[in-house]
Amino acid sequence: MAHAQNKYYIPHGTKWPILGSIGLFTLFFGFSNYLNGGSAGPVAFAGVAIVILMMFLWFREVIHESVSGIYNEQVDKSFRIGMMWFIFSEVMFFGVFFGALFYARQLSVPWLGGEGNNFFTNQLLWQGFESVWPTNGPKHVGGEFEPMGAWGLPALNTIILLSSGVTVTIAHHALKANKRGTLALFLALTFLLGFLFVGLQAYEYGHAYSELNLKLSTGIYGSTFFMLTGFHGMHVTIGGIMLTVIWLRCLKGHFTPTDHFAFEGVAWYWHFVDVVWLGLFIFVYWL
Amino acid sequence: MSNISTHSHEQHDEHHDHGPAKGLLRWVFTTNHKDIGTLYLVFSLIMLFVGGTFSLVIRAELFQPGLQFVHPDFFNQMTTMHALIMVFGMIMPAFVGFANWMIPMMIGAPDMALPRLNNWSFWILPFAGTLLLSTLFMDGGAPASGWTLYPPLVLQTGNALPFAIFAVHLLGISSILGAINIIVTILNMRAPGMTLLKMPLFVWTWLITAYLLIAVMPVLAGGVTMLLTDAFFGTSFFQAAGGGDPVLFQHIFWFFGHPEVYIIILPAFGIISQVIPTFARKPLFGYSSMVYATAGIAFLSFIVWAHHMFTVGMPLAGQLFFMLSTMLIAIPTGVKIFNWTATMWRGSLSFETPMLFALAFLFLFTIGGFSGLMLAIAPADFQYHDSYFVVAHFHYVLVPGGLFGAIAGAYYWLPKWTGHMYDEKLGKIHFWLSAIFVNLLFFPQHFLGLAGMPRRIPDYAVQFADFNMLSSIGAFGFGFSQLLFVYIVIKCVRGGEKAGAKAWDGAEGLEWTLPSPPPYHTFEEAPVVK
Repeated sequence: MAHAQNKYYIPHGTKWPILGSIGLFTLFFGFSNYLNGGSAGPVAFAGVAIVILMMFLWFREVIHESVSGIYNEQVDKSFRIGMMWFIFSEVMFFGVFFGALFYARQLSVPWLGGEGNNFFTNQLLWQGFESVWPTNGPKHVGGEFEPMGAWGLPALNTIILLSSGVTVTIAHHALKANKRGTLALFLALTFLLGFLFVGLQAYEYGHAYSELNLKLSTGIYGSTFFMLTGFHGMHVTIGGIMLTVIWLRCLKGHFTPTDHFAFEGVAWYWHFVDVVWLGLFIFVYWL
Repeated sequence: MSNISTHSHEQHDEHHDHGPAKGLLRWVFTTNHKDIGTLYLVFSLIMLFVGGTFSLVIRAELFQPGLQFVHPDFFNQMTTMHALIMVFGMIMPAFVGFANWMIPMMIGAPDMALPRLNNWSFWILPFAGTLLLSTLFMDGGAPASGWTLYPPLVLQTGNALPFAIFAVHLLGISSILGAINIIVTILNMRAPGMTLLKMPLFVWTWLITAYLLIAVMPVLAGGVTMLLTDAFFGTSFFQAAGGGDPVLFQHIFWFFGHPEVYIIILPAFGIISQVIPTFARKPLFGYSSMVYATAGIAFLSFIVWAHHMFTVGMPLAGQLFFMLSTMLIAIPTGVKIFNWTATMWRGSLSFETPMLFALAFLFLFTIGGFSGLMLAIAPADFQYHDSYFVVAHFHYVLVPGGLFGAIAGAYYWLPKWTGHMYDEKLGKIHFWLSAIFVNLLFFPQHFLGLAGMPRRIPDYAVQFADFNMLSSIGAFGFGFSQLLFVYIVIKCVRGGEKAGAKAWDGAEGLEWTLPSPPPYHTFEEAPVVK
């Protein structure tokens, strides 16, 4: 078997992907039915449960294989390259929502206000509309609202998330130096900061809905604000769960100073949500 | 299809006795790149006939002026579903099937880098297809907005809207996972000595295609998510009243959509670049310039998207920029066309079926390229826009371009996959039927468009009647000719003249060093490339 360990590990058959496909199909079928006013909405939760089960079983098998030492360096490299390109796809996903924000702020709202050759658009269709940001459009979709300030909770959240980027790096250095205590402590700190961030975001959403009358339906400002921060919050939550799993694995003695791709993959992901947040803070909250 | 790659009488390996699993579940649980490649190819062949049937509904309705067979709204559903199925269900999976089968064998890898993920990227597809096709039976029917799903029209879709949007999400997930796998395989699984600039061109084109897929499929996912929230959660992305803009969707869609058309054609370029040298018995002329031209096309594909929307209204500087950047694409594409031609120059040409399809590709894709150049001219595009000229243009690049590329690849590698030569005589008949009918189908559409016939319309003025009738005859001829292709494939899978390891005497590359059919697992010990 010593010889086999130098070979690239190829699994022979897998049951998890088809389970995942069934889960996704169930989820989307149920959710679509719910959106159409049907009664199959709860089916969507079954779909979510199947997808979570699939991820649990799939990752469990991969972790077992990894711990048992059948992955060689080349397999490790495959995971690394794969994770990088996955994060790149996520960058593009956020990119389109940032693109929508910039388009609205730089083009569509000024055009509605009569800029460029759009004088008659403004005069004939949206008379009296002045191009300002934030706005919920010439029809004041969603009613009067107050925008979200940058320097209260969001600034605090920025500090929290950036700190968590530091703590995960300290944890990584501790792992490489084989200081398991420091590793466990700072990794725990990282996901606790992450969940604190999510909690504060939830509080901020409550504040927006109940006191600022700022909602998802508050014109283009509400749309871009909640979709960008919402998808980001979802990613922080997923990242926090991934960090928690890595933390539990650290407690069980997984990972060595030289072999810890799963840790690094999650750390990359965490830095990626960090950077997205900086973009959000600057372009959604601040400027 | 279960006959493919089940014989492993050669290359006995002391470590491995893993042949394919028994029974039908083999195909559900498989992590073998050859099995998954076969699944992709069979799926896309089925979808070719599903999407083809939709197009025959369109052509039957357009055979004569007046409303004959279907309700106009159903006609629009057909144009939409035809395009979505052909793009996402047929041509893209077909090329992923080729990638699965051939890339590991071309670079000397034991399998794809992430075999479980590979299974998932295929097995999402049938579920996505079911979700999409089920919309035909819903209240309000399938989406009737065209595959571009422009708001506000698409927001008038009935119950189908969320189903169609989630189907697009699933198709996107499948493509992204498949593309990640292909990139990782190419970057990390090459045999020793297989440097990047020694890779077969098919591998190169797929490396760049996979990059395009990962870059733009998330953009489409984001765009259709905005459609969903606009329709059901009160957002205003595409509504001027709330400060948004329906044109924003067009920008998002075409930022995805233009790279998407190269996602479809680049793997076909790759196949043609394998086929022509084989049958010209000469190495590909200008290999490195082919690689750079492919990369150049990929780069340009990101900065030309608004040429799809000249008439929507945009600043003059924007029109000029997008017109000129679009014209630039003619340069790397021209490099390719000339290199293929130069490869044949003074070669020992022979004209087996793959070569015939490759030659037809060369001529007919070029016609599509030239009409694309005409459409790129912004002031002229104001005339052509949304006319049948556009339909003729993109069908020329997609059908005798993309699809002929895939068919050439299928004939080229069928002997490798099955161990049998296909019936050459029937192959040639299939070629001539396809080549004649495809021109009868699409060439008259140029004239219709220039004469002013709009696209996506179930009825037309009588002066368009003759060309429409010709086009419809071509459509039915072309569609039914493809049944012959299915027959040839099945016949080849079931038996025929034995194919040697090097089925074509002019073929070069690692895949031809393996027996035909190759054993279930190949290159478990990496070959060394000199």
